[in-house]
Amino acid sequence: MSLLEVSDLTIRFGGLVAVDSVSFTVEPGETFALVGPNGAGKSTLFNLISRIYEPSSGSIRFKGEDLLTAHADQVAGLGIARTFQNIELFEHASVLQNLLVGRHTHRQYSFLSELLFLPRVREQERENRKAVENVIDFLDLQPYRNSLIAGLPYGVRKVVEMGRALALSPTLLLLDEPASGLSVEETNDVAFWIEDMKKLMGITVLMVEHDMSLVSAVSDRVLALADGKTIAVGSAKEVQSHPAVIEAYLGPDSLEVEA
Amino acid sequence: MRFVFKTHYDQDLGLFKHTQHRVCYALLGAIMVALPWLISDYLLGEFTLVLIWSIAGMGLMILIGQTGQASLGHAAFLAIGAYSVVLLQERAGLPFLLAFPLAGLISGVCGALIARPIAKLHGVYLAIATLALGILVEDIIVIAEAWTGGVGGLFAPDIDIFGHTFNKYINPADLYFLILGITVVLVLLYKNLLRSPLGRAFAAIRDSEVSAQAMGVEIAKTKSLSFALSAAYTGLAGALLGHFTGIFNNETFTIIMSINMLMMIVIGGVGSIHGAFFGAAVFVLLPTIIAFARDGLATLGLGNAVVIPGIEAGIFAAILIAFLLFEPLGIYGRWVKIRTWFELFPLARRDMFKRNQSFLKTERTR
Repeated sequence: MSLLEVSDLTIRFGGLVAVDSVSFTVEPGETFALVGPNGAGKSTLFNLISRIYEPSSGSIRFKGEDLLTAHADQVAGLGIARTFQNIELFEHASVLQNLLVGRHTHRQYSFLSELLFLPRVREQERENRKAVENVIDFLDLQPYRNSLIAGLPYGVRKVVEMGRALALSPTLLLLDEPASGLSVEETNDVAFWIEDMKKLMGITVLMVEHDMSLVSAVSDRVLALADGKTIAVGSAKEVQSHPAVIEAYLGPDSLEVEA
Repeated sequence: MRFVFKTHYDQDLGLFKHTQHRVCYALLGAIMVALPWLISDYLLGEFTLVLIWSIAGMGLMILIGQTGQASLGHAAFLAIGAYSVVLLQERAGLPFLLAFPLAGLISGVCGALIARPIAKLHGVYLAIATLALGILVEDIIVIAEAWTGGVGGLFAPDIDIFGHTFNKYINPADLYFLILGITVVLVLLYKNLLRSPLGRAFAAIRDSEVSAQAMGVEIAKTKSLSFALSAAYTGLAGALLGHFTGIFNNETFTIIMSINMLMMIVIGGVGSIHGAFFGAAVFVLLPTIIAFARDGLATLGLGNAVVIPGIEAGIFAAILIAFLLFEPLGIYGRWVKIRTWFELFPLARRDMFKRNQSFLKTERTR
């Protein structure tokens, strides 16, 4: 059974069809990349999967269950974590607190027990901290543990956001442009981390990325979108050399010029 | 420079961070306990009032500082608390020990009910909705005369706990200790909130609703909870205020009072418990200080020059504007800077607290 099945998914904003009957499946343990020029509908697709947008038609199934019955705040509880293209961290909180918010779906006690800070809440907080410390170790965030987000450089914020999603212990991780704005070294780190997430943590990764070197390095399959439509699916190499993809990126006459 | 060597996660979970921290609060506690023997009864009354306003400030702080939701109508919850506690005692015959927490509960439930429809609003729209709420409650007090006594107001009886009465004129020290105890309990609950998942969920909503939602925070429910807690704190403060002033009517809980509460926490420092206390101290003690200063100037023969009507409001406004311009983080923010300067001495640099670059945020999905 596929982990995520998207079938005939369509969303219209007025007259604009941002995602036009897109279908694909993501298998457990695979790294699946979405590529395409700006405005192709990649982020919209992410927002559809995390239920921020309501699709006009089509279906999304996660672990065989209909995802469209879940509310946006229930998606995380099902095991889907995400990052955002324009970093959406909690700016006035420390890195540690940001990562701890990632543990929100793991809270077990009522707000009254929390207000009284009962021993079981303390125990739960210790567990949360342990989980978060594992993420900090994994992403080498130790130097920034207690820094406020507002004072951190862009590259670190990007990593913190990934860490917050990881703290959730997700089955499916949606990464929206994990390498945008990062240096070559930082991008290499991201590539290693994505490999390790797959191998060590067994997390399935669905990512949107423009950096084709990263995409070819980590992804098992790639789906190319243009104007909301699927134009190619396959390995990174196949997709890169697909005529429709080249046309979408470089214009209709590019193949002839190249020939 | 201090370096706290941490060996256990509990050191981050505890109420106090290090020994010096503990010593400071022990000292503060000792001073607070010794206060009735140190200052006059009049000043003790003023300090009691500071504590009451601090509770109200903490209430508003939960909503504004922690959850980032505006409110310009918090006097409404003060009113609900004050009227409930008196009516529960006089009409329902409940003892203060039951009526007081119930007043907080009633106020909290009202907060939650109101939050459901209006918490979807953002920024200035939310501020206007809460402003309307404040005005509405003022009117309801007048209309529901059978219960509230209308413009005639209500008399609050002395607080009575197992036959021991607390009156601000007869035994001000007892009343002070009672309210000090209540304040300490409420501060502890607030501290627990800050170190638990709920407090983090509040902060998440404050800083980015869309990603809070993606992390599994139920926005509507959490906002309602924030409104409820905020209203409960404010309601408890209102109940104490009612008993403290002894008489109140619709004009006690006006829109001006809501705005004063807002100014209080802005001057004190939004986002911290300290801020609520600093703000309350400024708010309550400033008129006293001005009065003392007036007397002082009068003895110098400058009396006529300083007896200007409304000078308190003017000075208060000037202080508020000065804070907004020069220290948006309030007294607490300034205190943190001074403390850091001493802690790092001589390594502190002038631009350490300069705001860093902030990056574009997604507003499109809202």
